[in-house]
Amino acid sequence: MDTALATDRLAGERIKMNVRNLNFFYGKFQALKNINLQIPEKKVTAFIGPSGCGKSTLLRVFNRMFELYPEQRAEGEVSVDGADILTTKEDVALVRAKIGMVFQKPTPFPMSIYDNIAFGVKLFERLSKSAMDDRVEWALRKAALWNEVKDKLSQSGTSLSGGQQQRLCIARGIAVRPEIILFDEPCSALDPISTAKIEELIDELKGDYTVAIVTHNMQQAARVSDYTAYMYLGDLVEFGETDQIFIKPKRKETEDYITGRFG
Amino acid sequence: MSAIAPAAARTDYRVGPHRRRKIVNQIALTLSLLAMAFGLVWLIWILWDTLILGAKGLTLATFTESTPPPNAEGGGLANAIVGSLIMVLAATGVGTPIGILAGIYLAEYGQRTWLGHVTRFINDILLSAPSIVIGLFVYAVIVAKARTFSGYAGVIALALIVIPVVVRTTENMLQLIPNSLREAAVALGAPKWVMIWRVTLKAARAGVVTGVLLALARIAGETAPLLFTALSNQFFSLNLGDPMANLPVTIFKFAMSPFANWQQMAWAGVFLITVGVLALNILARVLFRQRH
Repeated sequence: MDTALATDRLAGERIKMNVRNLNFFYGKFQALKNINLQIPEKKVTAFIGPSGCGKSTLLRVFNRMFELYPEQRAEGEVSVDGADILTTKEDVALVRAKIGMVFQKPTPFPMSIYDNIAFGVKLFERLSKSAMDDRVEWALRKAALWNEVKDKLSQSGTSLSGGQQQRLCIARGIAVRPEIILFDEPCSALDPISTAKIEELIDELKGDYTVAIVTHNMQQAARVSDYTAYMYLGDLVEFGETDQIFIKPKRKETEDYITGRFG
Repeated sequence: MSAIAPAAARTDYRVGPHRRRKIVNQIALTLSLLAMAFGLVWLIWILWDTLILGAKGLTLATFTESTPPPNAEGGGLANAIVGSLIMVLAATGVGTPIGILAGIYLAEYGQRTWLGHVTRFINDILLSAPSIVIGLFVYAVIVAKARTFSGYAGVIALALIVIPVVVRTTENMLQLIPNSLREAAVALGAPKWVMIWRVTLKAARAGVVTGVLLALARIAGETAPLLFTALSNQFFSLNLGDPMANLPVTIFKFAMSPFANWQQMAWAGVFLITVGVLALNILARVLFRQRH
């Protein structure tokens, strides 16, 4: 909608991802309507809005996850560092490896903690045993999980608690060294303490990665993000710095949603 | 005060229906317990008779000697036991990979495709086809052409029973795996076949193995498909090209005979199959429970 405004606000930031005229369809139903948006590098961008507004759909376009389902279709441009990922000739697997994703429910693979991390690495790199050990430790440290699991790396990933499983999934994504990490409501299945840990982690991750997070929890968006996008019924209603969106939203709809008068 | 009076009146009013509900509940419970007991009595009776009568005929010679001539002393079921083991294991070995691969196709690739629907429909028909039909089919296609009953024909007939069972369980077990697990693997850049082999099939492993064990248990006692294919052999033979002895057909033949020693041996065979199938079922249940 208001791209000029968004671009103004992003002055001084390096743009990592540029979304232009993006439309998205589930069969005949249009779930995203002409989205224009720029996601700054090494910042956290939050997507908020009522259920069904298209925020998760948008996230699933960013790593082409929607292509798993034949009836889903995207039109427009999503470029990372200037190259359109929707039309690139590059293998979709390589595109996805560059853009990690953490899901709503923790999804540990049915294998050991160590193998959970090594799984993605082995797809692209041939590492010696010691190099792989180092990579696993590095990823687990980055995800603030190393101290809790260093003595039981051979145990099943499913034996961990929900919050630990979610951090394992983050570590698994980090291990393949992505540039962007997408979080799709990563805390909605977690207790408050685990949630706080994940939020802390997201804050640390933005030093190295560009982060996009979809959340139902507005306080969470306010706490973790630098930029916030408010979406409604497939439209991007407002995008700007998080402080501005939460303190002085430009549009009436955004204000209504944030203050709880609607949604 | 006025608030208490209606409450008291209501308790009174509820006593009647409550008592009736209790009685109805008792009757329903008694009826269902009786129905369960009726079913269990026959089952336990069958098991009991089998075990008692079968155990009587069971000696060391049962496992070491081949089937005897009528009314002769001694003899055992060694040729039938070995023949059954060979054919059942070979059929499972042939049917399992085919069944798992087809199950993977149905669950992971052809879920909503035209070919998937047709395959699933045909598989369901095959699943419920009477085993004698499969026996006659293999007789017509292989035995009649080769002009000899053979172990191979028996293996093929049994494998045709294994395949639909394994296809069905593999597909169902893969469908139980949440899509989020597939997406998680794909999000890391895994190609589809890696996702299936290393993630979804692994997650469904216990269920798939259970399906294979249940298929194994089913063909262990099948008589009709072997009657027209492997037939039987009164001598010990490891050659799949010849007619091959097996427990179900031997039991059929011996139980129908007027000879006391053969009848006794048929009971021993029934005992072996019952215990074997029971053990497989228990193993399948234990395995499935451990993983879920």
